[in-house]
Amino acid sequence: METLTTFLNSFLPEGLTTLIIILLKIIAILLPLILAVAYTTFAERKIIGYMQVRMGPNRVGPKGWLQPIADTVKLMFKEIISPTKASTVVFIIAPMLALAPALAVWSIIPFWDGGVLADVNAGLLLVLAITSLDVFGVILAGWASNSKYAILSSLRVGAQVVAYEIAMGFALVGVLMAAGSLNLTEIVRAQEGGITNWFVWPLIGLFLVYFISGVAETNRAPFDVAEGESEIVAGFHVEYSGMAFALFFLAEYAMMILISTLTALLFWGGWLSPFGHALDNVPVLGTILGDGFHWLFIKALFFLFCYLWFRATFPRYRYDQIMRLGWKVLIPVTLVWIFGEGVAIALGWKPWL
Amino acid sequence: MPEIRNFTLNFGPAHPAAHGVLRLILEMDGEVIQRADPHVGLLHRGTEKLAESKPYNQSIGYMDRLDYVSMMCNEHGYVLAIEKMLGIEAPIRAQYIRTMFDEITRILNHLLWIGAHALDVGAMTMFLYAFREREDLMDVYEAVSGARLHATYYRPGGVYRDIPDSMPLHEPSRWTSEADVRRLNANRMGSVLDFIDDFTQRFPAHVDEYETLLTDNRIWKQRLVDIGIVSPERALQLGLTGAMLRGSGVEWDLRKKQPYAMYDQVEFDVPVGKNGDSYDRYLVRMEEMRQSNRIIKQCVDWLRSNPGPVMHEDHKITPPQREEMKGDMESLIHHFKLATEGYCLPEGEAYAAVEHPKGEFACYIVSDGANKPYRLKVRAPGFAHMSAMDELTKGHMLADVVTVIGTMDIVFGEVDR
Repeated sequence: METLTTFLNSFLPEGLTTLIIILLKIIAILLPLILAVAYTTFAERKIIGYMQVRMGPNRVGPKGWLQPIADTVKLMFKEIISPTKASTVVFIIAPMLALAPALAVWSIIPFWDGGVLADVNAGLLLVLAITSLDVFGVILAGWASNSKYAILSSLRVGAQVVAYEIAMGFALVGVLMAAGSLNLTEIVRAQEGGITNWFVWPLIGLFLVYFISGVAETNRAPFDVAEGESEIVAGFHVEYSGMAFALFFLAEYAMMILISTLTALLFWGGWLSPFGHALDNVPVLGTILGDGFHWLFIKALFFLFCYLWFRATFPRYRYDQIMRLGWKVLIPVTLVWIFGEGVAIALGWKPWL
Repeated sequence: MPEIRNFTLNFGPAHPAAHGVLRLILEMDGEVIQRADPHVGLLHRGTEKLAESKPYNQSIGYMDRLDYVSMMCNEHGYVLAIEKMLGIEAPIRAQYIRTMFDEITRILNHLLWIGAHALDVGAMTMFLYAFREREDLMDVYEAVSGARLHATYYRPGGVYRDIPDSMPLHEPSRWTSEADVRRLNANRMGSVLDFIDDFTQRFPAHVDEYETLLTDNRIWKQRLVDIGIVSPERALQLGLTGAMLRGSGVEWDLRKKQPYAMYDQVEFDVPVGKNGDSYDRYLVRMEEMRQSNRIIKQCVDWLRSNPGPVMHEDHKITPPQREEMKGDMESLIHHFKLATEGYCLPEGEAYAAVEHPKGEFACYIVSDGANKPYRLKVRAPGFAHMSAMDELTKGHMLADVVTVIGTMDIVFGEVDR
């Protein structure tokens, strides 16, 4: 990175160099991310396939590995149909509004110690703020489609997001109290020292609430009332086709990966090794079992797997039951937990010294 | 102040939960259903009218296509009505075969129902689990009749042929290796009866598997308990039959109340519900699958030890053996007459009902003495269930409409006929 900066500085003005470096970093994050999204769809179909005693895609490429590419190509060449009475401008903007926040949040996600595009001090707050914006795309899409199914879906999403955003916010308050910082890197550093120091143990209730709200936020089964296949057909994206539909898809899966990564970062020690620094001095094993991106990857992968597992196992909640779960179960749980945590911190009890 | 109005939602006919071509006009106050108005007729194929212009035997195939997930039970209703008019009875072995295939059909139907119902409620894995077992039973259908769905296996006077001695086998292909084929064929090496026997051994464990996924699942219960309640009195008034009636606690099963085929010779229990909600109907149907399995087992045992004819001997009604036909003038004439003209039913009318997987399925035949019916009326259980739609969904939410459609086990082939 340093050599690249000096090399560019030799013939470019300094401002431009910074810009180029940032752009390169963005590409370095987004390209793997989009690839990850594509292969998450593949993994979903394969894993759920095996859970359902069938094969999943296995025709395109070796063992079906080119399936996501084929899907993308197909979607790209399909026409984007805008319904006659749809509000065309909003109809076109909505999928972008859904995708942009889902990609933008990744700027503040640390992948390893220091491996972050923007080390924002109020990182956690920013995450919450940007992910909340995601819902606008969905609501606008439903409204602009001028379809009753789509508008029903928008209404559901609106209500659901309000309920679960609060629960999620409270869960994050617990994390920030425990870590004493809003900066994501700091939060992970606060969990240093092996598996016992991870926040998941003292904050297990908040972790569960966070992950459940995360599943609800991304409109995934069993909380997928927003697209409830059998009720409102596909919900907010019934009228979408081609790339416009693909953007919603991309946003949904990017959000899934994001929630999985955040869960790993906030509660499961992010890139920290479960063995702490005990093995650091062992020659080869030390690098493999020491801290690093691979731990974050594995942890995020596990939560991503949980998403698929839920989808293959559970029936769908009804809309009012989701609201009940959000308001009457999750929010009270977080409130009580935060209160308990506050008392513990005030009295100086471990592990919140 | 703008006026607040209910809005109408056009649910179907092309909707993932429409089970074919159901079109519901839903009048909704937000998510709450005020009125559900089912529109039928989108799959009308004029079966009853078609039957009026065809010799009796040629309409058996149309019966398959009424409720296309419980094919042989439909045939049974039709064939029984004809036999009643003719005053004949099928040989006892044929009756056992019919009993067995009625129950196989019941399992086939209930498997599709549980799969589709669970899929409607959002549990998609159930669908594929159910289809795994359905595949085996479809193979049995294929083995006896040559067709996986529209069997045309029952005939007035018996069944088309005796149960064959061998099961069709899987063959290796680009996608299935030799080893896979050996594994797939492991239980197909014996006769069809052996295969069915093997199925009855395996099946209870599979039903347990479905129940693990659903019965005590909190979400499943939240979605089904107290949805679409029908009181016993109301169920009778609405003309509900089958699991829809038994779910409300009325112990009415034609197999017990007016036994046909060999149902008075086999042992089975009739499960009844208590609350008349979707969950009770779910439990009733799950238990029915186990009971059907029990009946099949008994039939297999009887069929193994009691060979005999499977067709009535009167060749004015049933075609003679192929072999006889080649050498015997009388048989050739019989065959010619049957193939061209068919047989005539005496003047009169008959109503024959069977306990179809969905309820009471019946055929009412009016004959003027010709070789085709003057009028054929099909009593389809789904049609009566359909008309209870408004009552069952009123006051529930949109998602519950889907549950109610699932719990009714509607198939449009029979509703629209």
